[in-house]
Amino acid sequence: MTRTRTPGISRRSTLALMGAGAMSVAAPWVARAQAKTIKIGMPTILSGRVAQLGTSSRNAVMLEVEKVNAAGGLAGRQIEMVIRDSKGQPQEAARVARELVNTDGCELLLDGEASSGSFAVHEVARDLGVLCIHTCSEASSLTADPKQHIPNAFRCVRQGIHDSIVGGSYAAAIAKTKGLKKWATCSPDYAYGRDTTGEFTLYLKRFAPDVEIISESWPKLFQPDYTEVVTKILQAKPQALYSCLWGGDLTSYIDQANIYAMFSQMEVFAVNMADYTALTVVKNLPKGIHSGNRYIKTFPTTPENAAWGDAYKAKYNEYPTNWSWQNATAVMFLAEAAKKANSADGKKIAEALKGLTIKCPFGADGTVTMRGDDHTLVGYAIGWGTTIPQEPYVPEVKAGDWKTIFELEAEWKKSKGYT
Amino acid sequence: MDLDALAGCLSSSACLVTQTTSGLIIGMLLFLVAVGLTLIFGVLKVVNFSHGAFYMFGAYFAMTAYQFTGSFALAMLAGAAGTAILGLIFERVFMSRVYGADVLMQLLVCYAFVLIFDDVVRLIWGPEFKAMGMPAAFQVMPLFIAGGVVPPYYLLLIGVALVAAIVLGAGLSRTRIGKVIRAAAHNPGMVSALGINTGLIYGGVFALGGMLAGLAGALAAPVRSLTPGMGFSVLIESFIVTVIGGMGSILGALIGALLLGLIRSYGSLGFPLFTEGLMYLFMVIVLVSKPTGLFGKEAA
Repeated sequence: MTRTRTPGISRRSTLALMGAGAMSVAAPWVARAQAKTIKIGMPTILSGRVAQLGTSSRNAVMLEVEKVNAAGGLAGRQIEMVIRDSKGQPQEAARVARELVNTDGCELLLDGEASSGSFAVHEVARDLGVLCIHTCSEASSLTADPKQHIPNAFRCVRQGIHDSIVGGSYAAAIAKTKGLKKWATCSPDYAYGRDTTGEFTLYLKRFAPDVEIISESWPKLFQPDYTEVVTKILQAKPQALYSCLWGGDLTSYIDQANIYAMFSQMEVFAVNMADYTALTVVKNLPKGIHSGNRYIKTFPTTPENAAWGDAYKAKYNEYPTNWSWQNATAVMFLAEAAKKANSADGKKIAEALKGLTIKCPFGADGTVTMRGDDHTLVGYAIGWGTTIPQEPYVPEVKAGDWKTIFELEAEWKKSKGYT
Repeated sequence: MDLDALAGCLSSSACLVTQTTSGLIIGMLLFLVAVGLTLIFGVLKVVNFSHGAFYMFGAYFAMTAYQFTGSFALAMLAGAAGTAILGLIFERVFMSRVYGADVLMQLLVCYAFVLIFDDVVRLIWGPEFKAMGMPAAFQVMPLFIAGGVVPPYYLLLIGVALVAAIVLGAGLSRTRIGKVIRAAAHNPGMVSALGINTGLIYGGVFALGGMLAGLAGALAAPVRSLTPGMGFSVLIESFIVTVIGGMGSILGALIGALLLGLIRSYGSLGFPLFTEGLMYLFMVIVLVSKPTGLFGKEAA
């Protein structure tokens, strides 16, 4: 009897196929590295209460990706964005991020998550080794804490500690001029609200040691009614109020405080006021609220920034948000780093990103830098000013000084045990 | 805990006026939502978990009407009338099919519509938050009564809610239709046997409940931001009110809502980190001492 080989797949080729399959599961980016287009995955918040921010992130990314693709793509490869909704849930953000890399074949990640989700995506990036640029999380520890540091993750976002230093020094100068010694705070009761308020008051007191916090209010996140908080602050009779409420919470608070004439009784410092999402929604915006710049097309006062804001509005029929400029900057960084590395490979781009300075409409001096030692964005336009009820909303912004920011940030890192 | 602040407030007339009116405002708005909930439960024996959606629709209808007409009165009318029609349709087409079903089925139908209504709002008005803006007539300095601050708009809000409470209370106890509604709540079979269309009464009560929640949403629209899903937190507080006041009792809803408003208002001074907890603690105390609520009737 003779043995005949049955036609079809041999044992050897089956083993080879299985090996290749296992390789592509374990390291999918290797298998797909030669693809012509390069897929970039992006988990962000496209539904729920802060969907507007996620949508504005997507819009900004698409605006910039179109430009990069028109100019030849990422080292010759056209970018294909794969953008998925995380619903603002950290576990969903992590799941989506993993799926984008393992199933959809994305070679790079843009993490368009708020702070809570970005830490989850960061862990996915740590696990998979894929290049990840965080584009929305302002929590300082994400890059300041050396425990979080991984060679393949970067943060292209403004940072809480930078805002607090600039805001604290700006508010202290006004406190000294106007004799504002009694302060109240009113911020949402979760990590961002507590941390940001703590850091702001730290620097406020540092620059104006006479300041005393006489009342603190911590309304719930997304609380519909602030009446009891407003009246509590009125009872305390502070000379100034600090708040890091944001979005719909901030606009509700302003509407409810307005009818108690609160804004005529104290100076108000609301770090998140100067963002178009809030500025364009509040119908009766009081004059003279002090705010940090989030995104406004008039700061920095350059034609490049104004043109970018106008182009965004022309395309999407609304103004960009703080998340928009950060996401746009991330794409600009990717394009420049790929050019420098002459490759679309994540590892080579990561190497090129370290310490890279690029021209950017949102830079304090027309450029922004991805700091090499902690992989975070510096040199972006940062400042505070006062609001008016119509465009340009914040006519004059006092720019923060990056030399001071660097000094105090280094001190802060030391005090936290980060360096 | 800051008992000094609370004691200081109780000894100051300015603080008493401000905090008490603040409690009344929170309470009266809550009453409008809770009374609809309790009314529907009292007559239809259905716990309407989708009630918060009517509050949300009331706010959106009012904002849209205000944008088109610029009239505050028309905005309020649109909020109330729009949700009344919506309530009638919702009851006739969907809820009327699950009256005989068990509670779980009713709950599922209501919860499904919470999600559907939120998505409908998202489709029509968009996912981002909106603001109606305060009408020019109310953009005035607040009143100073005994040193306390009272915004004129909130006086209107309290007035409208009070009128609604009186009309509702008197309507149910003094008018023929009120008597029919109460009779239908007690024994619908007998009412039906007398030749009265109970389906119409059920639809009417649901529409009335929806209208009251819609009116609350419309009144809140100038001072609260509008987002899909905004009815949910109001619904939770309304449940607390109805549990405290007693399911099915209109007076209970009024007293429960006012107590809750005052707890929030004074609690924010004395127990700033436990204001929410105080509400639940109060609910627990009431439930333990009187499980049917302050004005709830014992089951026969």
